[in-house]
Amino acid sequence: MSNSKQKKLTPAQKEYQQFANQRNPERPIWSNCLRAFLVGGLICTLGQAISLFYTTFFDFTERTASDPTAATLIFIAALLTGLGVYDHLAQWAGAGTAVPVTGFSNAIASAAIEHRSEGFILGVGGNMFKLAGPVIVYGVVAAFFVGLIRYILMSLGG
Amino acid sequence: MLKGHRTWIFSTQPAVASAATVVGPFEGKGPLATDFDLIHGDTWLNQDSWEKAERRLLEEACQLAIKKAGLQKEQVQFFIGGDLMSQLISSSFAARTLTVPFLGVFSACSTSMESLALSALLVDSGNAHTVLSGTCSHNSSVEKTFRYPTEYGGQKPPTAQWSVTGAGAVVVQSNEKKTADTGLSITAATIGRVVDMGLTDPFNMGAAMAPAAVDTIEAHFRDTQTSFKDFDLIITGDLGRVGYKIAYDLFKKNGWEVSEEKFQDCGVLIYGDNPTVLAGGSGAACSATVTYGHIFKRMINGELNKVLVAATGALLSMLTVQQKESIPCTCHAVVIERRGEPTC
Repeated sequence: MSNSKQKKLTPAQKEYQQFANQRNPERPIWSNCLRAFLVGGLICTLGQAISLFYTTFFDFTERTASDPTAATLIFIAALLTGLGVYDHLAQWAGAGTAVPVTGFSNAIASAAIEHRSEGFILGVGGNMFKLAGPVIVYGVVAAFFVGLIRYILMSLGG
Repeated sequence: MLKGHRTWIFSTQPAVASAATVVGPFEGKGPLATDFDLIHGDTWLNQDSWEKAERRLLEEACQLAIKKAGLQKEQVQFFIGGDLMSQLISSSFAARTLTVPFLGVFSACSTSMESLALSALLVDSGNAHTVLSGTCSHNSSVEKTFRYPTEYGGQKPPTAQWSVTGAGAVVVQSNEKKTADTGLSITAATIGRVVDMGLTDPFNMGAAMAPAAVDTIEAHFRDTQTSFKDFDLIITGDLGRVGYKIAYDLFKKNGWEVSEEKFQDCGVLIYGDNPTVLAGGSGAACSATVTYGHIFKRMINGELNKVLVAATGALLSMLTVQQKESIPCTCHAVVIERRGEPTC
């Protein structure tokens, strides 16, 4: 909680929060980090294997193989979400399954499945970007500014 | 009759004519499985949405309670119910099926005891002789309403709780006109204030609700000049392991003689030590199914004679969480006493 909010608390609230915080179980940060490292690394290794598969058996270069590789990972994550496995995996792996493209796929697929009962238009269509929408919006905005900065620097330097 | 500041004493001692509990498959694998009337094998209950499944749970619990009391639904005078969905859709749609005059109530997970207290009040005041009281929750519909999509892979902290899939219903009758009797009576109720200690983490509702539970239980002690020693059991609704520990220590700090035998929590009991549920169970059905299933069974068997059920509720919505508001909480407590043997 921010300091400005902390100031608004009454003495009784502050005292209780301290009392409660002493009794809250800690988040297991170190084991969470280790799990995220292992699972996140495994997903990336799998991605590398898929990429190699595409460059070896199909007419892809290392650069052009990245799109079908991401699509394959997205498909696997969406499938696991639909089968009801991904959320259990994620509770164990934490950031390990959330940060790679699989987490993005899960956010969209889970929201789409969840709102299927409200129909395809307002339900699935209206809600599937409920969680992933902010990532797209701010990802695009950030990319625009980074591109702008790059352009300015390049024109100055060139 | 009002006693003290906020306790009703029901001098006619309205009878619990019958009680029924319906739960989902996960609850059915827990340590209290044998105490529930009906265990579903599938969380969908043959419906095509979570909301419909939740409504079905309440309908089944109500119908079962009415049947156990030897009644037809036309003989039920009022139905007081509530749930966690927006606009109380589970209860009002279940009331559409039941076609009984309906009052919808909401106090989040303490709706169970709020509706039971009001049912007893209606009967005690002579304004009704047969009242049905029920509540429900469904893990998936609650996740959808208050958190993320059910299949979303967000890691939950160890303070998070697992919403119970289930429903509980009770038929409360006057002693003169009762058609069945479990031998249990509702003798008093204490209505909770809304307590807000400024906590904002929706994944730690136990810590937010614990002060509300302590506030209401202490108010009951003050109003009725009682303490832990006057009860066989005081059970909170869904504090979970985290909130329970805090409430327990708050009682100790305030000088009460509390013991783990006399003070327990439905959210801790319903799933036992299952690590999947993190801090324990929650939801309106948590206190309802554990009280109407497990606790009533122990009372009917003569193991417990006087129990105070203090159901806790966190009165937040997704909107207030996103607007960075703190979590106001409440707790309603009902005293249930064993008078004699059950008769049908």
